[in-house]
Formats: sequence, C-alpha cells, structure tokens
Amino acid sequence: MFYRESGQFKSSYAKDQAIFPIRQDQIAIVLILAVAFLVVPWFVNDYWSKSVLQPFLVFSIAAIGLNILVGYCGQISLGTGGFMAVGAYASYKIMTSFPDMPIVLVIILSGFCAAGVGILFGLPSLRIKGFYLAVATLASQFFLIWMFNKVPWFHNYTMSQITVPPREFLGVTVTSSSAGPAAQYLFCLGFVVVGAWLAKNLVRGRTGRSWMAIRDMDIAAELIGIRPLQTKLLAFAISSFYIGISGALIFCVYLGTVEASEAFDINQSFLVLFMIIIGGLGSILGSFLGAGFMILMPIVLKNIMVGSFGMAAVTAKHIEISLMGVLIVFFLIVEPHGFARLWQILKEKLRLWPFPY
Amino acid sequence: MNEPAAQAAGSHDKVIGDVMLDVNAITLRFGGVVALNNISFNVRKHEILAIIGPNGAGKTSMLNVINGFYHPQEGEITFKGNVRSQMRPHIAASQGIARTFQNVALFKGMSTLDNIMSGRLMKMKRNFLWQALHFGPARKEELEHRAFVEKIIDFLEIQSIRKTPVGRLPYGLQKRVELGRALAMEPELLLLDEPMAGMNTEEKEDMCRFILDVNDEFGTTICLIEHDMGVVMDISDRVVVLDYGRKIGDGTPNEVRNNQEVIDAYLGVSHD
Repeated sequence: MFYRESGQFKSSYAKDQAIFPIRQDQIAIVLILAVAFLVVPWFVNDYWSKSVLQPFLVFSIAAIGLNILVGYCGQISLGTGGFMAVGAYASYKIMTSFPDMPIVLVIILSGFCAAGVGILFGLPSLRIKGFYLAVATLASQFFLIWMFNKVPWFHNYTMSQITVPPREFLGVTVTSSSAGPAAQYLFCLGFVVVGAWLAKNLVRGRTGRSWMAIRDMDIAAELIGIRPLQTKLLAFAISSFYIGISGALIFCVYLGTVEASEAFDINQSFLVLFMIIIGGLGSILGSFLGAGFMILMPIVLKNIMVGSFGMAAVTAKHIEISLMGVLIVFFLIVEPHGFARLWQILKEKLRLWPFPY
Repeated sequence: MNEPAAQAAGSHDKVIGDVMLDVNAITLRFGGVVALNNISFNVRKHEILAIIGPNGAGKTSMLNVINGFYHPQEGEITFKGNVRSQMRPHIAASQGIARTFQNVALFKGMSTLDNIMSGRLMKMKRNFLWQALHFGPARKEELEHRAFVEKIIDFLEIQSIRKTPVGRLPYGLQKRVELGRALAMEPELLLLDEPMAGMNTEEKEDMCRFILDVNDEFGTTICLIEHDMGVVMDISDRVVVLDYGRKIGDGTPNEVRNNQEVIDAYLGVSHD
C-alpha cells in the first residue's frame, strides 16, 4: 500500500541509476542517517557505544570489504583477521612514529598498508581458485599474526600488546579510554557512511561489473577485455583497504588495547565470513544486515537469558553459542542468499500488498 | 529476384570489402589429437561467413583460436594487417573481435542491463577512484554508455527484461542478451558460436533477422557456426566446411552444396 513505485517515473538515466531510485527508500535512508547522526549521540551511553554500536559499525566496514572480495569478485578469503591486524599495527606504528599526524589520515594510511599486503596475498588468486585459494589466504592469516607477535619492531619492542595513545579529531578525543562514547560512535559512523557510499558506487559502476563478470564467468570476462589479474588484485586491494580500516578502528577506537593473536585470530576471519554469508553475498546492504545479526543477536540472546530468565552467565554463554549456530543454519535453509535477498523478496511482496493480483 | 526488383524493394547491394581476418595454415594439437590440421581461410569485410561441419570437426576450436583462448602450434593469424602467431583474449577484444558462446556464457548474477553494460567495459576509461565518487566525468561516462546500451536493448527488443537477472530468463532470451553484450563492444568482427542452437522456428527467425540487421545496419562482419543448413544457406555469403580438423570446402552456399566431399562428410561414405 505504502511501498510502491507506481507513479514515480524516471525521465533520465541518471535518475534511474540512483542508489535509491524509489522515493520511499530515499525518505527512509534520510531518516536513518538523521537518527544515527543527530539523535543517537544524545542518548548513547558507554554500554551501548562500546558493546553494541561500535562493534556493529567496525565489523560492518570489514563485512563490506570482505563482501567486495567474496561476494562481488568471487574470490574466497579466510585472511580477514590477518588484514585487520595489518590495519591495527600499521595505525599503531604510524601514530607512534608521527605523533602529530591527524587520526583520520592515520586510519586511511593504515587502510593503504593493508591494501598493499592484500595485493601481495592476492597474487596466487590468478592461478588457484575456490577452496585452494581459501587455504592460501588462510596461510596469510597465520603468517601475519605470527609476524606481529614475533617481530618486536611492530609493537615497538615492548610486550606484544599494543595500546593506543589519545588522539583528537576536531578537538574531541576519540581514541583511548578518555574518549566519550558519543564521540567514538560518531567517529566510526563517519567512516561507515563514507565507506559504504564509496563501495556502493564502485560496485554499481564499471569496476563492480568487471568484478562480477570475473565471478560469474571468467572466460567470458576475458573475452570482453577484462584482465583477470588486474581485476582480481584490485578487488583484493580494495577489500583489504576496507578490512584494514576496520582493523585500525577496532584497535584505535573500539578496543584501545589489542594483542594480535587474540583480537585478530582466525575466529574473526570466520565471524566476518559468516556475516556476509548470512547477510547476503554481493550486497552492500547484506554486509550491514549480516554484521548486525552476528553482533546484536548474541547480545539480545544474552540479555534475554541472563536478564529475563536469571540464568548464570556461564550457562547462558554456552546456550548462546549453540543457539547462534542453530539460527545460522535456520536462516541459511530459509534463504540461502541471505538477509539481503529476504529483504528484496519482502520489497517485491510489499509492492502488491495488500491487493495482490 | 532480379536486380531492379531488389532495388525497388529497398535492399541495397552489399559491398564485400577486403580481407579482414586471414587465418593461415593453423594447426592445433591437444596432445596426440589434431583438432585443426593446416587450416587456412579468410573473412572479408562486411560478409557473413558460416563455418559448418559435423560434430567434432573443430569449428569451435577454430573460433577459440581466432579470439585467443587456444594457442595453435603452427600457423598465423592476420587481423587488420597485424600478423600474430597467436591471439590473446584481451588483444582480440581491444582489436574489435566479439564473441558469443555455444552454451550461453552470460554473467548469471547480473541483470540484462549490467550484462550488456559490461560489454562497454573496454570503452570506459575512468579509473576506480573516479567511479567510487560517482561524480563528474565518471558519472557522465556511465550515462553516455547507458544511452548507447539502451539503443542495443531497443534494437534487440528486450526492453521489458532490462532489470531482470539473466539467470531467470528463458534460453532464447539469454542468447539474445549475449548477442547484445557482444554488440555493445561495437565489434568489427562478430563470432557467433551456434547462435540458434536449441531454438524453435520463431526464435530462429528472430535471431536471423537480428544477425542480418547487424550485418546490414552496423556493417559488422560476421563469422558464425551453425548446424541448421536452411539458415546457413539462406543468410551466409560464404561457407567454410570443416571435417575432422581439415578444411574440405570453401565457397558460396551453392558451391558448397554441390561439393562431393562435403556431401560425403555429411551423409557418410564407405571408406574402402
């Protein structure tokens, strides 16, 4: 009844190619952004910022990054944790080497470092595909974590743990424990919004089409003039760039203190991979939905079990882990293409509701 | 139809130009199997050349050699004056050779529009940084190519499936979209590998019409593989016949039809 495009005519290709061509979507996105930027910061407290919003935001960036590589370009990667660690340690090294550098620049440069490492580990993708590539990227995960633990230069010859020094953005402290919850939340949100916008532009343009061409039919892709190596390496670079930024934000803003083998271990690689599989491969929206599900669902389950049923925290944790497993399987059976596809089906249904013909 | 009548009907004489693609003494082996044995033929500008032959004759291998998927052991390919002992797919693409496949090779996860837009990739110059901003020159470029692609969509009469993922389309339409993607490259030479396989008569007639229109309106040279002899004899200017990797016939449809070796290959002959 309310969600339909009848009567909304496009008179130019520019309008037809807009990210949100339907007016209802445009209104919704403006509302969501307004609430996220203007309303939430007034009400956010430490718990919401640290435990809910920040992990959701930083993992959304990582999910977008991995989705570019796996969902759009069709190259499986299990090295996400390793590339996050590159971002985190790069930001630490840059911050300690150049104390005056603005924090935004530090985080973007960390993304570039991760992109470089990503290109390096993406090189095998020309020769190997599918599961074999997954194993090759898994090697990068173990190698990078080992390197950050064992080479003292990366943690400035101290303990293997690194801690972020306080840094300001526009006069407000955003890193270290002295930062306020609203400032940290907004800082992450800024990266997410800009990152998602750039990613969406990339995947709907020439670059995205060449990635999807490689994913769907690499022989035909070569035929229309796509160079497989360059295209795949670009996907690895941009994917790692996003994952590196996510890693830098996890270190600088979300956690503040990290140890490579704990914060960025193989579990993180799987977590982000689950996010995009459940959210929807080849969908920017899916990256958000997947990150939301994997981050928020455990919190919801825990609050229900501990808060409402008064279970012991340890028992609740175990049940929570098994329930998450059940839920993942359930949603994959209901819709193997993820939440993004569910949302698409819902939209198609809504167009006719309540008068289907 | 005599000539004045043909002119009165509005059809103009087709001018077949110089040799555009010259395939010279190509031999392609896979281990001990000789797929193509010393094959030479040429394709002239603006003609429709059909390659025919029984199954396993090496027709598809020949197309694969022309656009660089297979690298022949001997022989050379001359395209627009450049002599090469082997092609590369991206060089073939940039030189203006487009191709469709026997078993449709579309990008299944993308819409019809995106599939045809992907044919414009070589023509789009802005790098990924511009595209990420989707602003200024990159946006302008995208819209220009969209306008071009819409012309192809109109030409192929597939407006209604513009936004449909191609995986959901019936086979005949997929073939049409694949032709659209090849046309989007504005090719000079279009290689069609069994464009009418698995189609009913009506779809075949549509496809023939598109092929003739492409040849006529855009002046595209076409080299096609087809099994339907009626179609081959009707639309092609010249026919090359392959059998077991050898060339056994080359000439106008009528010459080929009356060639004893070709008849033997198709009908079978006792080797004694």
